[in-house]
Parts: sequence; structure tokens; C-alpha cells
Amino acid sequence: MKFFGLLSVIIVGFLLLSATKDFPNWGDEDSPANSGPVSSFYIEKTEEKTKVPNMVTAVLADYRGYDTMFETVVIFIAGIGIIAVLRTYGSNESIPKNQVGDEGAGLLARMTCSLILPFIQLFALYVVAHGHHSPGGGFQGGVMLGASYILLALAYGLARAKSCFSEKRTLVFAALGIFIYVGWGVLCLVMGSEFLNYSALDSILPGGVEMARSHSMLAVEIGVALTVTAIMFSMFSNLSTKGRLDKGL
Amino acid sequence: MDIIIASFLEDSIVPKFNYWIYVILMMIGLYAMITKNNLIKKLIGMAIFQTAIILLYVSVGVKADANIPIISHHGEKDHVEHAQNENLDSASEASSHHGSKKEHHVIDKNKFANPLPHVLMLTAIVVGVSTLGLALAISQKVHGSFGTLEEDEILDQLRPGGYD
Repeated sequence: MKFFGLLSVIIVGFLLLSATKDFPNWGDEDSPANSGPVSSFYIEKTEEKTKVPNMVTAVLADYRGYDTMFETVVIFIAGIGIIAVLRTYGSNESIPKNQVGDEGAGLLARMTCSLILPFIQLFALYVVAHGHHSPGGGFQGGVMLGASYILLALAYGLARAKSCFSEKRTLVFAALGIFIYVGWGVLCLVMGSEFLNYSALDSILPGGVEMARSHSMLAVEIGVALTVTAIMFSMFSNLSTKGRLDKGL
Repeated sequence: MDIIIASFLEDSIVPKFNYWIYVILMMIGLYAMITKNNLIKKLIGMAIFQTAIILLYVSVGVKADANIPIISHHGEKDHVEHAQNENLDSASEASSHHGSKKEHHVIDKNKFANPLPHVLMLTAIVVGVSTLGLALAISQKVHGSFGTLEEDEILDQLRPGGYD
């Protein structure tokens, strides 16, 4: 088995490597991917049309809005799937008694985490809110915010983290994020345009058509961040307790 | 012989080293997925495979002498260029008909990396996290019901003659 595995890997690798001589060189400005009309349009027109200097965020949340919406749904479904696979209610597997009560890390780790956690969360919110103008966005900020709760669970025990972010609250937040995203698209429909066509919202948002698109991206990214935060913490708490949600790592 | 090797290096490897690295990484992941017996090691192989694909896409979007795809408003150099552009614009507008200033705001597309692969890979990373989390959950469940994560032992137990 190992031999055939190695053989097939070498054959596939050889085929892929012999195909690379048709690929464009590293850093080639005129390669098909870089000189195509779509990416050129994004680079040249994004700031003019949306007033968002970060093209990645603009393409993610505006031009490819459907993609990002269903990406958020993918995360939501993965979180729901983990809960469906792992979560057990009741105590059919009782915890050994010597493990109860010594949750969390030592004193130094606790103090360091209590000092560092507010700044991590503040920075995560900055990454979400400033994602238009600097590297960042909903996914990145959401993962950071979720990681801050995971750090809290690692340092102070899962019970302490659950008192901030209970299981019910994670599910509500995850659904709320998708609700914000889809609701923003429906709002565009109500205002008489296509689904997720933000330029229809210029009559209710300040600053003209371009700023309406910019503000709408912020709203959508906040929805993404809510879902990602909740699902990240839900994934961790379910995986680390085998779905019992009683005592973490 | 030396010349052949040198020309091969110069033509095929040095200008395309990103593809060589992605193929090697991808094959490491594929080998782990095919031959490793432990389910967690298979998942690690899958993660390496996904990372190789992310590396391929992002390296395709690279342009020589380009910056990240974020238009800077605070760089001094940009300010000077803006000012020069606006001077030229006002001069040409004064001589010709009245036009809007927005259309004269020129962005050189070779100064910014291609944003499209970054966006695609951002979503690919998200899918990777979701699949990895779900796969870990399922393998935890497998460990709960079989008591092992080794593939051959699980197959032994699943076989009709095996115990239970």
C-alpha cells in the first residue's frame, strides 16, 4: 500500500511539474490571471465606485456578495453539524472525580490572559470595523474575537467562558450574523433593486451611492464576524469536551 | 552537462519556483492522505494539501514591484502624484470642455497585486476551517465508538467476522 501510494504520488507530482513550464513566470504582470479584464476592473474602478481603498474587502463584500453570503452559511452549517455530531445531553459518561475542580491554567497564565484579553478583543473589533481601509474584514476579526474566548476558556476553564458566551448565546449570535447579511440583501430588494445591490440604499444611508456601498459592506462584515465568532467558540467548546460542554482542556 | 543543468535551472526552476513549492507541498499532503493509517494524520495531510492550493493561487496573483491591493491615502509619494495629476487635469480641463475630476483619477494597475486570488483564497480558508472542524468532530465520534483512530483496526472491527 505504501509503495503504490508513493508511486502514484510521484507520477502525479511529475505530471504537475511538467505542466508548470506552460505556467506564467513568477511576478509576471501580463499573465492571463493578472491582465484579465475582471481583476483590472477591480483594481481601477473599486475606489471610484465604492470609496473603499481595500480592494479585497470591496470585492469580497460587494462584487462577490453572494459568494461571501453562502460562505457564511457554510460556516454556520459546519458549526451546526459539529453540534449535531458531537453534542450529548445528560451525563451518560460521568467525569472522573479527580478531574473536577482543577480547571484552567496556573496563576501566571491567568494573570497574563486577564491583562491581554481586552486588547485582543479591541483589536479584533478594530479589524472588523476598519477592514475597508486596512487589511482586515469580517472573517479575520471574527476569528480573532472567537480566539479571545477560546483563550479565556483555556486560562480560566470552560465554565468561566460559558458564563460570558453560553451555548444558547453562541447559536443566537451565529444565526443573527446570517440574518444581518441576508436581511441587508432583502433590504436592497425592498428598496427596489436586486438582492445585495447596495447602491439602492443611497436614499436611507448618508453620503451618496458610493458611501452607501461602503456602509453596506461594513454592515455585512459585522454579520460575518458575528457568525464566525460564535461558530469558532462553539467548535472549540464541543471538540474539547466531546460534546458534553462540562469541562474543557 | 553542466550547461544543460544550468539552463534547466534558469528556465524551469528559478522563474517558476512557486509552482515547484506548491507541487511538493501538495504531494506531501496527498501522500499523507493516501498512505497514513491514522485518521488524524490523514486530516493533517488534507490541511497541507489545502495550504498548497492557497499558495498556488496567491502566488499567481503576484506582480513584480507591486504592493498589497489597498490604495494608500497617506503615503507622501502618492500625495505628490495626486497633486501633479490634479494640476495636469485642471490645465487640460481649462483648455478643453468641463469634465468631472473622478475620471482623471488614474490608478496604475501594475502597482497593486491582483486582488481576485486573495478573495477566492479567503473563502477557501473558511471552507478549510469548516471541513477540518467537522472532520475532527466525526473522527472524535469514530474514536468514541471504535476506541481507536487507526484505519486498519476500524476495518477489522467492521468486517463481518470481527468482534462486535
